[in-house]
Amino acid sequence: MLDMFSYAFMQRAFIVAIVIAFIAPCIGVSIVLKRLSAIGDATSHSALAGIALGLVIGINPILGGLLFSILAVLSIEFFRKAFSKFSEIAAVIVMSTGIGLTAIISGFITSGSSNLNGFLFGSIVAISNFEMCLTIVLGAIVVIVFTLLRHELFFVTFDEEAARLAGVKTKLVNTTLMILTAITVSVASRVVGALMISSLMVIPVACAMMIGKSYRLTVIWSIIFAQAFSIFGLIISYLADLRPGGTIVLLGVVTLIILMAFNRDR
Amino acid sequence: MDEILKVENVSFDYSDAQVLKNVSFTLHKGDFLGIIGANGAGKSTLIKLILKILPLDKGRITLFGTDIQKFRDNHKIGYVSQKASSFNSQFPATVSEVVMANLYSKRRYPFLGYTHSDYEKLERVLETVGMLEFKDKLIGNLSGGQQQRVFIARALISEPELLLMDEPTVGVDAMQYAQIMDIISKLNDEGMTIVMTNHDTPELIRVSSKLLIFCSHGNGEFLNRADLTVDEVNAIYAGKRGHHHA
Repeated sequence: MLDMFSYAFMQRAFIVAIVIAFIAPCIGVSIVLKRLSAIGDATSHSALAGIALGLVIGINPILGGLLFSILAVLSIEFFRKAFSKFSEIAAVIVMSTGIGLTAIISGFITSGSSNLNGFLFGSIVAISNFEMCLTIVLGAIVVIVFTLLRHELFFVTFDEEAARLAGVKTKLVNTTLMILTAITVSVASRVVGALMISSLMVIPVACAMMIGKSYRLTVIWSIIFAQAFSIFGLIISYLADLRPGGTIVLLGVVTLIILMAFNRDR
Repeated sequence: MDEILKVENVSFDYSDAQVLKNVSFTLHKGDFLGIIGANGAGKSTLIKLILKILPLDKGRITLFGTDIQKFRDNHKIGYVSQKASSFNSQFPATVSEVVMANLYSKRRYPFLGYTHSDYEKLERVLETVGMLEFKDKLIGNLSGGQQQRVFIARALISEPELLLMDEPTVGVDAMQYAQIMDIISKLNDEGMTIVMTNHDTPELIRVSSKLLIFCSHGNGEFLNRADLTVDEVNAIYAGKRGHHHA
């Protein structure tokens, strides 16, 4: 089993997976507790359009995904304001736009559809050195901003009105959270796949909420669960020759079901 | 005496309906203002204007001598709303985490961790509201009355000089209600200036030192409670309500 670590592509896959499994639950906690889980899906489907565009015009697909993810979260804010009484439709509009654009742009990919497939469901072998470095740099930015804003994020997530009255710049904090979400989605699309990244933001948090006795412990447990799902998911996917993204996500779902069975009284 | 809150000729409309019309009053340190009136008479609207939750179109409000548009000392104002009834009970936060969050307004470098003195403040305010033994409990597991006491502690931790309370006892059982009113009266006895709306009008008339009575036309009548007997206040309130029903 240990021979998998002798391959450079597996080393890169583990490093990227560990970084993603650190940042996805950090952001996921706020997204889940603010009841904005649909935003992860909307953003990742929009990222896919950027990835497809990157493959067509020859720029790095993750950078394309990053650009479209940021555009997506800003658009969600725009539609949420326009339909303030039905804000949940904002995520659906943006997700539909993302899928529509992906369908059209992917028709122009000349180097076969396998490249885009790798981003849909995740791919271990495809991670380049540049993408690993990009993931580490962007991941570090997410971790630093999350750490600096942890008190504001908790306050805004728990009670936005009280946070604003205490002097928290709630609009700035919310916009920052959305941009961190966009970064997380775009860097995670390589290993976990764009279709499954939102589940890596949500499932570890759902598991942590089953056992967390405080907000702080919920964040810590979310990271522990995400790390466990990613590391064991990668190992299983290597040994059983399965897609990494699907393996990671299903491992999380199975764990959640087991935890729910043991926590029926909660 | 120190002037805490001054409201001058404040009017407010919700699209076509006018809820406040030329409301004026001044509160000094230690005053307890009870705001009474029918539902929709403008009680909550006034509190939201003071807190800048709603934009002030007509009139002027000053807090501690500063116009509210320029007022930045957020820690001097505590606010307790009807939280217990609108609260997401599955949110995984402890009593301590909820209360400590409101230290934000007092902290110069909020990205740093909490200090020893912050934890002392936490214990002090939880002691004040009788919730110290629950500090590590998840807030969602508490009763409505206990949650409301936690939200009072949260308002108190920034050491405010003015406490605004909008129906803080909604959905609270009778025993918790008495305890909460007792906590509020004690805070006022210690010098805290309080503005409060409450569905229990007789109780509010009993504990207040100043009263603002709203009728349907939005022009509140400001009364010094000490100048009047309970019967006289009730007569004025009944007169306003009579006017409302007419």
